[in-house]
Amino acid sequence: MPDVAPPRPTPTLLQLLVAFTMIAIFGFGGVLYWSRRMMVEERKWMSAEEFNEAYALCNFLPGPNIVNFAVVFGRQIGGTVGAFLALLGLLGPPFALVTFFGLLYAHYGNIAVLQRMFVGVAAAAAGLTISTSLKMWQPLLRERPGIPHLVALATLAGVGVLRWPIYWVLGVLLPLSIGLAWWMRR
Amino acid sequence: MNDNTSVLLTLAGNFALMSLFAMGGANAAFPEMYRLAVDVMHWMSDRQFADLYAIAQVTPGPNVIVVTLIGYHVAGLAGALVATLAMCGPTCVFAFYVGRVWDRFKEARWRLIIQAALVPISLGLLGASTLVIARVAGQSWQTVALMLVTAVVTYRLRLNPLWVFAVAALLGLAGAV
Repeated sequence: MPDVAPPRPTPTLLQLLVAFTMIAIFGFGGVLYWSRRMMVEERKWMSAEEFNEAYALCNFLPGPNIVNFAVVFGRQIGGTVGAFLALLGLLGPPFALVTFFGLLYAHYGNIAVLQRMFVGVAAAAAGLTISTSLKMWQPLLRERPGIPHLVALATLAGVGVLRWPIYWVLGVLLPLSIGLAWWMRR
Repeated sequence: MNDNTSVLLTLAGNFALMSLFAMGGANAAFPEMYRLAVDVMHWMSDRQFADLYAIAQVTPGPNVIVVTLIGYHVAGLAGALVATLAMCGPTCVFAFYVGRVWDRFKEARWRLIIQAALVPISLGLLGASTLVIARVAGQSWQTVALMLVTAVVTYRLRLNPLWVFAVAALLGLAGAV
């Protein structure tokens, strides 16, 4: 794919820290939605395609994927310092908050009120995940139907519908997908 | 070696090991966390694990933050720090160096091929985990309705989802979902 996209703004280290802090403190029910909104829609530091590519890499690295994304993106912007600042923004505020809640829980041990709120929050979080997934599928859906579509649907069906073990599905589809990608680019 | 040190080492070792196999993020590691904390180490009861999970879910931030809570429950602030660093540290260092190689070979054919292969699979996995999350959260017609309204509103409008979460929390509090 030739890179014809217009040049994108590059954040300063402070903007990087602020962005990942916002992703963390707004990120109810997971941070994927806010990562994408911040990177692609608001700050426009990445295109929708670039975000999907970075997400794919971070998904296949061991460990929590948005934490990996903070490291990979932060490093691109400011090396070791950039990676550290992105991580600090993403993990610092939630660490402080959750430890405080842990302290309250240790004292009171009763979260009946919170459990009730949790039912509503969990449903909204699931809805937000649905809309994030749809947005992330869009670049793929805009392409002419082809092999990548089949690979994506096979993964979705194997893991999500048939509930086959993820490592078996990936053990078959990953080499297959690499082989097909190589064959298409000969 | 005193008791506290050995608890911290247990936390560090187990979470570091877990992070290496947590394909698909923290959500995929929850069953393993449960097994470790409740069944194997007896750090907490089934009920306490469910409580900590709920607290982590209503706290903004990455889902992995539940690890911080488990660490805090087991060994206080030191436990929270050790568990979080163990879960994120080794994999972050790995991501840092992989990211560097990935960037250096930006135009390389092998990178473009791998990237073209990984993107559709990761979208498939995202779709699959969305199905699982939706199935778990949508237990009644009220929660299904709330879920679908949230999906449509956040997909169509550039509304800040924080408003949706505030309403959802209030509905939950009122016992309406």
